[in-house]
Amino acid sequence: MSLHPTTPAFKENAHRALGDTELQKALGHVQGGFINKRAAAVERLPEFETLRESARDLKDHVLAHLDLYLEHYETQVRAAGGQVHFARTGEEACKTIVDICKAHGAKSVTKGKSMVSEEIGLNDAIEAAGMAAVETDLGEYIIQLRHETPSHIIAPAVHLTKEQVEADFRRVHSHLDAARDLSEPVQLLTEARGVLREKFLAADVGITGANFLVAETGSSIIVTNEGNGDLTQTLPKVHIVIASIEKIVPTLEDASLLMRVLARSATGQDMSVYTTLSTGPRRAGDPDGPEHYHIVLVDNGRSSMLGGEFEDMLRCIRCGACMNHCPIYHAIGGHAYGWVYPGPMGAVLTPALIGVEKGGNLPNASTFCGRCEAVCPVKIPLPNLMRHWREREFERHLTPAVQRFGLGIWGFFARRPSLYRLATSLAMRVLGFVGRDKGRFAKLPLASGWTQFRDMPAPSGETFQSEWRARQKERRS
Amino acid sequence: MADGLSARPPRVGLLATCLVDLFRPSIGFAAAKLLEDAGCEVIVPPQTCCGQPAFNSGDRTTARDLALQVMDAFSGCDYIVAPSGSCGGMIAKHYPDLFDEPLLISRARTFAAKTHELVSFLTDVLGVTTVDAQFDRKVTYHDACAGLRELGVKSQPRRLLETVRGLELVEMAESDVCCGFGGTFAAKYGEISDAIVSKKTAHISASGAPVLLAGDLGCLMNMAGKLSRQGSSIEVRHVAEVLAGLTDTPPIGAPREAGR
Repeated sequence: MSLHPTTPAFKENAHRALGDTELQKALGHVQGGFINKRAAAVERLPEFETLRESARDLKDHVLAHLDLYLEHYETQVRAAGGQVHFARTGEEACKTIVDICKAHGAKSVTKGKSMVSEEIGLNDAIEAAGMAAVETDLGEYIIQLRHETPSHIIAPAVHLTKEQVEADFRRVHSHLDAARDLSEPVQLLTEARGVLREKFLAADVGITGANFLVAETGSSIIVTNEGNGDLTQTLPKVHIVIASIEKIVPTLEDASLLMRVLARSATGQDMSVYTTLSTGPRRAGDPDGPEHYHIVLVDNGRSSMLGGEFEDMLRCIRCGACMNHCPIYHAIGGHAYGWVYPGPMGAVLTPALIGVEKGGNLPNASTFCGRCEAVCPVKIPLPNLMRHWREREFERHLTPAVQRFGLGIWGFFARRPSLYRLATSLAMRVLGFVGRDKGRFAKLPLASGWTQFRDMPAPSGETFQSEWRARQKERRS
Repeated sequence: MADGLSARPPRVGLLATCLVDLFRPSIGFAAAKLLEDAGCEVIVPPQTCCGQPAFNSGDRTTARDLALQVMDAFSGCDYIVAPSGSCGGMIAKHYPDLFDEPLLISRARTFAAKTHELVSFLTDVLGVTTVDAQFDRKVTYHDACAGLRELGVKSQPRRLLETVRGLELVEMAESDVCCGFGGTFAAKYGEISDAIVSKKTAHISASGAPVLLAGDLGCLMNMAGKLSRQGSSIEVRHVAEVLAGLTDTPPIGAPREAGR
């Protein structure tokens, strides 16, 4: 897990990603699959737009009363026999979890998919304490074999081709028959299931994330498509849920509202295959379940977003639709973003969590095409929030000097219409004259960022305003 | 006219946009012709820029100053119309957010409500259903993002293009996906922008149309620049030029002599 962001090197990361032919091949699948499936699912549900609005309002309501709901949730978890731990920072959360594992003498820890655990570097902390952390989501399992981080919040290995996965399985699962056929995805899946089954049975502690925490009942809810979450939380003696504080919803009914927009936005499914609720440890008479149930609630910078201009970001339910529809993400994939959260949601959340000094590239690397906002199930105004980060950068003089200088000169003229008209009509006449033969420039001073990749069409020569005035005079005379 | 202004023709302030003003006056004249043909009085107040480059660069102070300048310059207009969804969207959707003082917010809101993108203004406000123009070419149309997603411009240009004599519209794949322009983005993150516009030009070429149209000059310059760099002979024009029947100027990025 990269706790050390490479986000400041975003451009270099992107350059590498654009030249990576395997990655580019893998990214081709993001565009088609996710987008078409989501569109079809939305098409099937006429009230989808209304549900988006309700989902937005629900999350806003929760954020406005977060303290109240967290307290109620805590009470309900305790009433069900679970333990609640609040962690202000990632380090606190890691320490809490490692301490619980140690207290139970754990050697092996299985994990369901959890982005907040990536955010706080939980696997490293568990391994540093001498225990094994085993990712059980297929995508997470694959990237763990490769010592990589997720490149997508719901499809962590989406940057890989099946040929790459096959090579990894042959390398790591060396105890299996070398002549076995792994050419089909289902063969890869079957092999991973076999290997993981042993890990599930051997685990002392199971850690899952949570899609929702229900204040009404003290339940945590995960939605998965593989069932790995169920085995992770049911088989070991100890179940630890790790979740960030904004995952709370008031009631089960509210959770169902969010689930209706979540799966459709994420994968185009009406519902995920498994929806699993856990409420405290195993009760007398329960056929299975953990003996101990812990919930670790992680703040890690979120409470400082409450009440500010980035609060809207806390509505995010981590569906991944924004990145699935993002032309930048399609071009460079998730790793280039340099930290845990990629795509448009990452471009807003990352600066909030690691600081705009380190994360500032991300909200700048957007065309503001608005497709992310158009598909967001909780209507987060992502481009506006990215713009707010640019404003914070500008206020603090973090905007690159060249850009600031250029903006200053342009602003000086744009504020003075007469001077502007004089200067631009002169400049355009010169440029128009120089460019008249070809109609475009292959190279232009101060515009190499543009002309390195494409021509710059030449101006006509006269500006519209001067030509308009000339024609108006003609008309009158 | 739906708003009781029928006593006199609606007075429309044409916000040419800085790119049209500087690079391609023919779009401004095409816009003026379309508006005049639809019965408007067109005026062109002294103008520089709507402030969007400053706004999107995080410089709210400059954006606010320029917004005030635009609102002053166009204060006598019934409508403000731009041959651009991007600049139109800046005013219609973002001007009110620039201000904190109640009076200015209310002024910006009123101004925003009077501001439109050209083609959707013709169809949705003026009720124009046909244009008097001929263009004997096959064309494909790119939906520029701000017009599409901020202002809902999608069917309007297609409906009017259908009435151009001789014109055949063929859709490219993913016409609603960004071309990678994004204002300063294209220069700041040139390599990523290049990857995006390369996908776009592949779709444009695959459409088989020899002419590309769109409603925003920034996007058009980006796509035209990439097409010419790739050696493509596809001609690139603003949709207003075709709708106005003013296609005697050479296409964007073509030598000046070619069309004359």
